Amino acid sequence: MSYQFTVSPDFTPDHLSGWYIFNTWLQKQTDNAIHLEMYNDFHDQRAAIQQNNVDLIYANPFDAAMLVREKGFKPLVRPVGVSDEAIIAVNADNHVEDVAHLSAGTKVAVTEDPDVHMIGMIMLEPGDLDTSNVEMVPCDTYVLVAKHLLQKNADVGIFLAEAYDDLSNMIKKQLRILVRSQISVIHHSIMIGPRLLDQHENIQKTLVQMAADEKGKNVLDSLGFTEWQVVDDEEMEFMIDLMDTLTM
Amino acid sequence: MLHDMKAEDITGDFTEVVLELYGGLSRKILYTEIETPYPDGKLIVSTTDTKGHIIHVNRSFVEMSGYEENELIGAPHSILRHPEMPPAAFKDLWDTVNKGVKWQGFVKNLRKDGGYYWVKATVIPNVRNGAVVGYTSVRRKPSKTKVEECIKLYPTLF
Repeated sequence: MSYQFTVSPDFTPDHLSGWYIFNTWLQKQTDNAIHLEMYNDFHDQRAAIQQNNVDLIYANPFDAAMLVREKGFKPLVRPVGVSDEAIIAVNADNHVEDVAHLSAGTKVAVTEDPDVHMIGMIMLEPGDLDTSNVEMVPCDTYVLVAKHLLQKNADVGIFLAEAYDDLSNMIKKQLRILVRSQISVIHHSIMIGPRLLDQHENIQKTLVQMAADEKGKNVLDSLGFTEWQVVDDEEMEFMIDLMDTLTM
Repeated sequence: MLHDMKAEDITGDFTEVVLELYGGLSRKILYTEIETPYPDGKLIVSTTDTKGHIIHVNRSFVEMSGYEENELIGAPHSILRHPEMPPAAFKDLWDTVNKGVKWQGFVKNLRKDGGYYWVKATVIPNVRNGAVVGYTSVRRKPSKTKVEECIKLYPTLF
């Protein structure tokens, strides 16, 4: 039997090859046939989940509630020290110093990355801004968010903090951060679906021990992670409840 | 256990009142007019058991409340109750979450030093295996406009 692994489409492009290497490593370690399917966007990935095609997923926290409560997934692990944080940035020429000084009609450059979008919109609330009174400028990548700010096609941009930090210094010099989130408890996780649940303990143990093995450590390096740590059911339920409060 | 506030913990001139709290508790409150601004980009998170006793707080909660974590764990959540918050707001909160529904509102919270901070709070029942086992409250930075509306409205609700 072959299983399908997929990765949240908001992965950092530099780590694409790392996920293929990880999948090969995982197949060898668990003696399972696992196909890595990289979907172009969240819409396609969610359709595959609904059709029960996905068995393992490096999931965006925004999708965790649906995976656990509707599709019977369980959490396995998360990367140590990595959490999803967002940044609200403006063009360095922009005179706005505080989100509270923004006004209705503000043009917001944003990707479809759902949790970053959500955190970003929460950080705009002190300015009385919400989806009803801003103009969204949808972008495929964070580089395009930066480009819209530089070209002044957008007033503010919502970035994944890691993606903002990875922009070139030349671009960052022309931008200015208004707010950086410090939430710490929202994170991506690897989750396991019903067809693989009988291997939950084994796969979790394999992943947690990955950093202790030289080859495993190299694979983690290719993903930009140091090691995996266990996510238990209660930790996942806590994050789902927290996300639930933030979508209101 | 909820202790009366002590003058030595308070920063600045204060007013003293006795507040009647849910469950027959009463507490001597010492409060000032000093506001601590909500920090940008942070969430204040806490979890209580079904009786409203705090079982988990995050670092932002500790920093903004002015209490040590060990003073908060086990205390009733009303340790944050500010005398200028109308009881009707908390009745609405409990009536809503007891129905298994999320509640959201703007709340003026009391600090250990007698000062205050405004939050936009969302409370959700924690449902595990079909039963409510507690409540999680997540606060974020409120808009000034909403806070100004509440400053006008809340005194009319007593």
